[in-house]
Amino acid sequence: MDHFTPLSALVGGLLIGLASSILWLVNGRIAGISNIAGGIYPIRRGDELWRFVFLVGLPVGAWLGYWIGPAIFAEVPRELPHITLTPLWLVGTGLLVGIGTRVGRGCTSGHGICGLGRLSLRSLVAVVTFMVAAMIVVFITRHVV
Amino acid sequence: MARSFSSPAALVSAAVAGVLFGVGLSIGQMTHPEKIWNFLDLAAIPSGGWDPSLAFVMGGGLIVAFFGLRLNRWLGWQQPLAGPSFIVTHRTRVDAPLVIGAAVFGIGWGLSGFCPGPAIADLGLVPQDVWLFVVAMFVGSWVAGQFVEGPRASAPDAASVKPA
Repeated sequence: MDHFTPLSALVGGLLIGLASSILWLVNGRIAGISNIAGGIYPIRRGDELWRFVFLVGLPVGAWLGYWIGPAIFAEVPRELPHITLTPLWLVGTGLLVGIGTRVGRGCTSGHGICGLGRLSLRSLVAVVTFMVAAMIVVFITRHVV
Repeated sequence: MARSFSSPAALVSAAVAGVLFGVGLSIGQMTHPEKIWNFLDLAAIPSGGWDPSLAFVMGGGLIVAFFGLRLNRWLGWQQPLAGPSFIVTHRTRVDAPLVIGAAVFGIGWGLSGFCPGPAIADLGLVPQDVWLFVVAMFVGSWVAGQFVEGPRASAPDAASVKPA
C-alpha cells in the first residue's frame, strides 16, 4: 500500500471526472458528495431521490472496483481497506468532516474536482485550505506524537 | 414538460454516475485511508516513501471535469439532457465560513483518512468498520446546516442556486 500507483490512480480519476460530467450534462447537478449527501434530509419532494440513487451507487461501484481494479492493473492489490480507528475516533472525525464540509460548502469532490474544473476561486481557496490542514495533521500524528 | 431532477431518466443517469464514481474511487484506491495518509505525509518525500497517487486521481478527474462542465455551454444547451435546469452556486466571494469550514474538514480528513465520497463508498467494502463515521458525518452536516443556513433551509446547494 505504500507504493505509487500512477496508472490506476489516473484511470480512477478519469472515471470520477466522467461521472461528474454525466451528472452535470444529464442531470444538471454538481457531483459534490458532501452537498448531495447533505441535501438528503430534510426530504424535499423531487430533489431527494436522485441524491439517494447517486449515493447508493458509490458503495456498489466501490465493490465492483474491488474486483475490476486488480484484474486490470497489476499495481492494484486485491485487499479490503484496513480501518484501525476506534469507534470514538470514527464518530469524532465523522462529525468534523460533516460540519466542515457543510460550513465550507464542499469537499474533495465538489471543490476539488468540480469547483477547480470550473476554475472557481472559492474552490481553489477551499482546496488549498483543507489540503494544508490535513497535511499538518498527518505530520503531527505521524512524526510528532 | 414534466422535467424533474428525479425523473426516471435522471435517476438512471444518477445511478450510472454514482456507480462510475465509486468504481473510480475504488480503482484509484482512494477507498484506503492508508493511501490518503501516504499522500498527505509530505515529510516522507526525502526518504522516497511519499505516494503522489491522490494527485493523479484529482488530476485525472479535473481534466475530464474541465471539459465536461463546459460542454453544455459549447453546445449551447439551455437545459441538461434529463434535468430541468443546470444548478450551480452563484457564490463567488471568499469568506470566513469557506476557510473555517475547509480547515475543519481538513483536520477531520487528516485524522481519519476519509473524505465523504470514500467513506460512503467503503460501505460497500467494510460497512462494519465505516458506518459510524458515515452516520456521524450526516449528523454533523445536519447540525451545522441548522446554524449556517437556519432551521428552514432545505439543502446546502439548493439554498443559493440559480440556473446556469
